[in-house]
Amino acid sequence: MSNDNGVLVKVNNVEKVFRRGSEEIHVLTGLSLEVPSGDFLALMGPSGSGKSTLLNLIGGLDRPTAGSVSIGGERIDQMGDRALAAWRARHVGLVFQFYNLLPVLTAERNVELPLLLTHLSKADRRKHVEAALNVVGLSHRTKHYPRTLSGGEQQRVGIARAIVTDPTILLCDEPTGDLDRKSGDEILSLLQALNREHGKTIVMVTHDPHASGRAKRTVYLDKGRLSSMKPE
Amino acid sequence: MKFFHLTWSNLKRKKLRTVLTLLSILVAFVLYGFLCAIKQALTGGVSMAGADRLVVRHKVSIIQLLPQSYEARMERIPGVSAAVHQTWFGGIFQDPKNFFPNMAVEPEKFMAMFQDFVLQPAEKEAWLKTRTGAVVGRGTAKRFGWKIGDRIPITSPIWGQPPNQPNWEFDIVGIFDGATKGTDTSQLFFRYDYFDEARRGGKGQVGWYTLRIQDPNRAAEVAKRIDEEFANSPFETKTEPEGAFAQAFAAQIGNIGAILIAVVSAVFFTILLVAGNTMAQAVRERTEELAVLKAMGFTNSLVLVLVLAESCLIAGTGGGLGLGLAWLATSAGNPLPGLLPVFYIPPFDLAIGLALVAALGIIAGIFPALQAMRLQIAVALRRGA
Repeated sequence: MSNDNGVLVKVNNVEKVFRRGSEEIHVLTGLSLEVPSGDFLALMGPSGSGKSTLLNLIGGLDRPTAGSVSIGGERIDQMGDRALAAWRARHVGLVFQFYNLLPVLTAERNVELPLLLTHLSKADRRKHVEAALNVVGLSHRTKHYPRTLSGGEQQRVGIARAIVTDPTILLCDEPTGDLDRKSGDEILSLLQALNREHGKTIVMVTHDPHASGRAKRTVYLDKGRLSSMKPE
Repeated sequence: MKFFHLTWSNLKRKKLRTVLTLLSILVAFVLYGFLCAIKQALTGGVSMAGADRLVVRHKVSIIQLLPQSYEARMERIPGVSAAVHQTWFGGIFQDPKNFFPNMAVEPEKFMAMFQDFVLQPAEKEAWLKTRTGAVVGRGTAKRFGWKIGDRIPITSPIWGQPPNQPNWEFDIVGIFDGATKGTDTSQLFFRYDYFDEARRGGKGQVGWYTLRIQDPNRAAEVAKRIDEEFANSPFETKTEPEGAFAQAFAAQIGNIGAILIAVVSAVFFTILLVAGNTMAQAVRERTEELAVLKAMGFTNSLVLVLVLAESCLIAGTGGGLGLGLAWLATSAGNPLPGLLPVFYIPPFDLAIGLALVAALGIIAGIFPALQAMRLQIAVALRRGA
């Protein structure tokens, strides 16, 4: 889905301003970024630097105040709400820090959720769910509810849910932030495998230098601006 | 249908809260069903009244009698095709609490006028032949275990005892059914000639008349003529359509319709608050989950529908079960056959009940659903983090 130069994500001169009462908070200022298809990019930076906001813009979860966001050549910042929702369903897989699984659904039902938006039959949905849970090594925990799974396992279910529709890009917001080192390593290995073996383009927000070390490249954000160097 | 599991699972999230909400809705609809059945029992006469029938009573009160000689004079008035009289007997079988309506009538004319009472030809013939014969509705026959051939003793505080007898005695010669579900089968009718001969006072007088008129559109005009015919006599009359007569009779208890609406409105307002609060709480607790669904690609309208579906599922389950239970209970039998001549939920009220169930589901869910629909993903996720 990348454009001619192999660039999948193109964020161009983006600004994001939040309003709190009469106060304006400039979170991103004239930020530009390109992510090639097949990349595994880590976004690092201190709290409040705008990492998650940038991730939200790339994922079509929020809109820039100014500038443009193109994914695979499509201007997602210009899409209407309905079209943007359909675009997200087709192209984006999201992995959250706190897994954000629905506690009332089993692992397989959680993974099935994005497939409910497709025209797949129940049998086909089941096949896709089994395949996704197999990729993350949880095919033996399909009937378990999130509360009966460890943090690492819950995050694996979260990743299975993110990849079950075979999205164009995986966006991970602090995917290891709530895990111990061992579980975090397993998740990072899984993300690396998805990137290397399945060619998934991944953009990962993290605070953890160890996690960013597993990415192909790292960019830093500070006060809403990008830098290839770690800020002081 | 593929989203049903998601909706159902959300209801199981707080089982106790869901069960309590369901129960409160269920109780409200059971109450609604019973109130409808009671309203039907008390006002059923109005809906069963014939458009081509007028009721003539004494101008002062229904308990004042009219001369039997009026019958022939009424039948001579243009527009009147038949006149029959009835006289309230107020008879008691064994115990005053065993109340049921019983009236003295002229069998042949009475059966011709009121065809909603279905009697077998042989029974009708037996009634015409038997001076002490009486016909009783299926409801009362069942209630007291009466069958054809039984001789039943009845006392009447109004008319006293017949000469040389401790009680009035009637031979059951027929048991009638109702032509429709709403027909009152709690009544007993016996022969006026036997009654008039045996009673000690009021001879030659009757309780009220029912007239059949040729053209229902001229009912007001005919009623006026009848009242004019007997004006300035010792027995002045008041003539009105049978429906208005039944309405006035029912209104002795009060405005049943208004009472019903007041009670049902109060109950529904309370239930609306309960169900609305449950849904609002459910959405508040799930802000982050709803944001995740939207992040996955669930559209705003789909989220709205899912929350509304949840609300409608609660209302539908509770309300449906409530209406079903009320229907089963009222179908099982009349709990107060002496007081309520019929006891069932009319299909129209059942349909209104179902509409109320749907309305409850939509109204209780619409505000939380709109709130969920307008949820901004990034803001909700940030709040969760």
